[in-house]
Amino acid sequence: MGKILMKGNEAIGAAAIKAGCKYFFGYPITPQNELPEYMSRELPKVGGVFLQAESEVAAINMVYGAAGAGARVMTSSSSPGIALKQEGISYIAGAELPCVIVNIVRGGPGLGGIQPAQSDYYQATRGGGNGDYRHVVYAPATLQETVDLVMEAFDVADMYRIPVMVIGDGMIGQMMEPVEFKEPKKRELPPKDWATDGTKGEREPNIINSLFIDPQELEDHVWKLEKKHELIKQNETRYEEYNLEDAEVVVVAYGTTSRVVKNAIAKCEEEGIKVGLIRPITLWPFPEEAFDKINENAKGVLTVEMSTGQMIDDVKIAVKGKHPVYFHGRTGGMVPDPRDIVAEIKKIAGGEK
Amino acid sequence: MSTKVFERTKGLTKKPFHYCPGCTHGIIHRLVGEVLEELGVLGKAIGVAPVGCSVFAYDYFNCDMHEAAHGRAPAVATGIKRVHPDSVVFTYQGDGDLASIGTAEIVHAAHRGEKITTIFVNNAIYGMTGGQMAPTTLIGQKATTAPLGRDEAHTGKPLKVSEMLSTIDGAKFVERVSVHNAANIRKAKKAIKKAFEVQLAGEGFGIVEVLSTCPTNWGMTPTESLKWLEENMIPYYPLGNFRTPEEVK
Ligand SMILES: Cc1ncc(C[n+]2csc(CCOP(=O)(O)OP(=O)(O)O)c2C)c(N)n1
Ligand code: SF4
Repeated sequence: MGKILMKGNEAIGAAAIKAGCKYFFGYPITPQNELPEYMSRELPKVGGVFLQAESEVAAINMVYGAAGAGARVMTSSSSPGIALKQEGISYIAGAELPCVIVNIVRGGPGLGGIQPAQSDYYQATRGGGNGDYRHVVYAPATLQETVDLVMEAFDVADMYRIPVMVIGDGMIGQMMEPVEFKEPKKRELPPKDWATDGTKGEREPNIINSLFIDPQELEDHVWKLEKKHELIKQNETRYEEYNLEDAEVVVVAYGTTSRVVKNAIAKCEEEGIKVGLIRPITLWPFPEEAFDKINENAKGVLTVEMSTGQMIDDVKIAVKGKHPVYFHGRTGGMVPDPRDIVAEIKKIAGGEK
Repeated sequence: MSTKVFERTKGLTKKPFHYCPGCTHGIIHRLVGEVLEELGVLGKAIGVAPVGCSVFAYDYFNCDMHEAAHGRAPAVATGIKRVHPDSVVFTYQGDGDLASIGTAEIVHAAHRGEKITTIFVNNAIYGMTGGQMAPTTLIGQKATTAPLGRDEAHTGKPLKVSEMLSTIDGAKFVERVSVHNAANIRKAKKAIKKAFEVQLAGEGFGIVEVLSTCPTNWGMTPTESLKWLEENMIPYYPLGNFRTPEEVK
């Protein structure tokens, strides 16, 4: 199949349907509305169901029910809506159910704004929900990568029985780029023999649950989840790396910001400065191993984010004190200017910082 | 020869209930179990257990069960029913769960005409958390967070859920029943059966509000509780049918 030009939010919907997603529950919020609108048009054509819920709280709990019932199911929202979904995400993680959650991030806190932002890094990777849980977070930088990851997200969710979040921003959601829908690598997916689809009198009842009133049972359950998290770290961590062996400065950025950073790096290279890049594709698991590849002579690691500095915490953990870590960020819907990034890189390379 | 006059319904598992002595949650469980068995739908029934004293309902009903967060059972049930439209989906919810934290979810399940059945256990108090005031607590009734009794000027009048939901077109079956004596238990079972029949007929949303006791948090013996329910709850929460579609009349 060839490439077709699509808008980000619609491409996400198309990728989900290609991946076998049949159910979508959501609530309107800018800048992701084209996605539920697309699903409301397209899902009925494949025998699926789109339902506009009364709130994000209800939407994620509908996802919880549908996921428990064995379906491939998705929801999408933007920052304040994702905040409301945290209750359900915690239950879904606790009950070990697969689902895909799209967050087209906007600036915050509060109602914030509607322009592109990356200020939900903490929310996505630390979880606003209660308890010892994690979920996978993909942060694509192009529409092609977005559709690839959305399609893969359903497989990863099913494989590990875990929620998977795909995080973008208004830029990813609104821009148009050519995309091609390619089958993700084949995985051996376990049967959903735990689903609540009716016993038909042929088996014992299935129970979807996250309650373990006995502390020993809960501890065992949580360690079981943690073992799964470790497995995901080993198998599913993804990142793009560039020139880590001889870079003077290494820049870390994801999603939209990484596109701006790539322009800044090209500019620096024209001027003979060697700059490396680590672009986390999974925000959780965070690609710590990439940082071990940074050459020991590098003068510093520059984290660029559309926030006041959230991913920088993970960067510092991953750098393990081996290099100084610097930050450059714009927030509230402002996008970093490549010239500012070049200036920061030069300062670090020139020993000014 | 002896005849069996009472048999445990196949609608319930063998797990012993954890409910307090004299609590009518157990009776309501039995009625739901019997109805599911009699309608022959246990194999396609999927129940949604709430947060509240009936939080372990998933261990008691002998069918597939799904836990829900506090108040969210109707949303979870919606997700299940939309995936398996031929299944029989029910929620079992307390009054804190349904009439306080979960009002949006229940109103909109009714509003969409979601083809599910809700068993709403109104015991006028928060049982599980130890007797706090519920939206359904009667005026003057003492609760741990209304130590002098519920005061209308401060917290309003008790919420009449059945009356409220019966203004919504999608709520095709709405009935309030009680389980304080044998005659009413029989009526309650009839109503529960009809509510499930409405679902099976694909009519829309059905709810049975069951007035129930909480001897523990009411600070009464089981017998006193049954009497208190009859003398105090029924006058404020009149029993009867609010809506029934023609098909199941
Ligand atoms: C989000 C959330 N808030 C509060 C609680 C604590 N909680 C557990 S049960 C309950 C009330 C239950 O009362 P009700 O629904 O009337 O059922 P009953 O126990 O009386 O059967 C509350 C507030 C919770 N589990 N989750
Ligand atoms: S606390 Fe009240 S509602 Fe809960 S089991 Fe005991 S008597 Fe029943």
